[in-house]
Amino acid sequence: MEAAMGLMRRMPPKHSETALSALLTLLPHHSSDLLSQVDQPLQVLCDVDNGKEFILCEYNRDADSYRSPWSNKYHPPLEDGAMPSIDLRKLEIEANEVFTIYRDQYYEGGISSVYMWEDDDDSFVGCFLIKKDGSKTGHGRRGVLQEGAWDAIHVIEVRLEDEGTASYCLTSTVMLSLTTNNNAAGTFSLSGSIRRQMKMKLSVAEGHLCNMGRMIEEMESKLRNSLDQVYFGKTKEMVCTLRPPLEVVHMKLPDK
Amino acid sequence: MADEEVELSDEQKKEIAKWFLLNAPPGEIQFVAKDVKKILNDDELYHEAASEAFPQYNKSHMICIEMPGRVGDVIITPFNELEENEFLDPRTAQVAIIDNIKQVCTEVRPALDEELPSAYVEEFRCAVDIEIARYVGEVYPKGVCSVYCVNGKDAEEPESDFELAVVIAAARHSPQNFCNGSWRSTWNIEFKSDFQALEIRGKMQVGAHYFEEGNVQLDAKHECNDSTILQAPEDCAVAIANIIRHHEAEYLASLETSYSNLPDTTFKDLRRKLPVTRTLFPWHNTSQFSLTRDIAKELGIGK
Repeated sequence: MEAAMGLMRRMPPKHSETALSALLTLLPHHSSDLLSQVDQPLQVLCDVDNGKEFILCEYNRDADSYRSPWSNKYHPPLEDGAMPSIDLRKLEIEANEVFTIYRDQYYEGGISSVYMWEDDDDSFVGCFLIKKDGSKTGHGRRGVLQEGAWDAIHVIEVRLEDEGTASYCLTSTVMLSLTTNNNAAGTFSLSGSIRRQMKMKLSVAEGHLCNMGRMIEEMESKLRNSLDQVYFGKTKEMVCTLRPPLEVVHMKLPDK
Repeated sequence: MADEEVELSDEQKKEIAKWFLLNAPPGEIQFVAKDVKKILNDDELYHEAASEAFPQYNKSHMICIEMPGRVGDVIITPFNELEENEFLDPRTAQVAIIDNIKQVCTEVRPALDEELPSAYVEEFRCAVDIEIARYVGEVYPKGVCSVYCVNGKDAEEPESDFELAVVIAAARHSPQNFCNGSWRSTWNIEFKSDFQALEIRGKMQVGAHYFEEGNVQLDAKHECNDSTILQAPEDCAVAIANIIRHHEAEYLASLETSYSNLPDTTFKDLRRKLPVTRTLFPWHNTSQFSLTRDIAKELGIGK
């Protein structure tokens, strides 16, 4: 397992699906560990009731079927599939509606799904998923990307505490890959995945959705920012270390 | 998905192992190899996979290996490969015998006459080597380069054609800073006596991997063509070095442009920094979005 995780940290993130399926075939007895520990690009199904797409994950899966957050039905149909309680389903419906608008404002397209389920008496878990194809042929508004994928997975555990507060533990993963291709610059491709955690204790006066939403928004902005500034920045720094830009070279030349 | 418990054949396992090895980022194949070995749990099979993948990886990454006895470095490329483990270093006219898996040079021997180009070609090769080495020394803090004759090495007459390959490689491995990267460029130069011209084909490739609490990789490639006139060896060499310098500088500039386009165009097509409204999402007042229900009410369970 340790070696498998080591490999996943080194393989090009844009090949993570291939890498994971390779590991699954080599290590069939670790398949459940691998599937739960290795994040993979999100898959989508179409809800037959209303034609809306929804995202698949471990949290809406029962046997080989997946529950749609729109119709609350399993695809393919499944009798006695696990369902959230009535109250939690209410929150799930609200969350899906609001998160759709949130997603549209930040992503200008894409697909989102939210799933909730009871953990034990005074805790529940919410899973907020976003998948965006930002390529020219997908939802890329600016038409600059040959290929562009963003998958965000936010799993948030909510535990009710005393005096109208709750503790929230958010684990977020973002996987992305983007490729531009043109005659002058050739192929330029960046891909990556990062995962972070955030814990907060908040008053529930404004409701769980408000608290979860704010945490997710803050986390997504942080992740996007560190990908942009830190991770992409480090690869750029590396390029400039390998072959420093000309200005630097010219400045150094007179010294010789 | 059905639970198919089909046992993989050794051949399939080996192919998977090779896939992992060949996809190792610059300078990380030894780390990948360690993990692959553990996962395969079959030393013989691992060895088979490694002995097929390493030679391929070493050549495609154009790794640089130190020759014993302070002779210098040899670059492992498809252009100077004599045998799977023998690589010519034309600058010193030595042949390095290497261990592909350990990535070390075990022995050096003088090159045989038939392994070296003719005096006529060598004059050009050597002149280009001097100019390119000067350029690489100026521009790449840790670059290495070499010039090989890849076609027509026995050409004796000014009427005959031949082809040189210029290889430039720069690698930086700093696992303690969670960062590795490499620059590789190859330039094929065809000397065409009929047209008194040189046809130049360039290929540049840059890779970088940053992996502190994450895994982010850059993979960039570019190809280009150019030409110049056939002249005396020294003049050819200067012209070639200038062309290479020009294209590589231009490519580096285009990489910088790609990076500077990220925040406002490229990356924005995946996710914006701020919503289209340019203000944070109004989580406290989501009721404005809901036409069918009043969700400003207390949400949640167990309360």
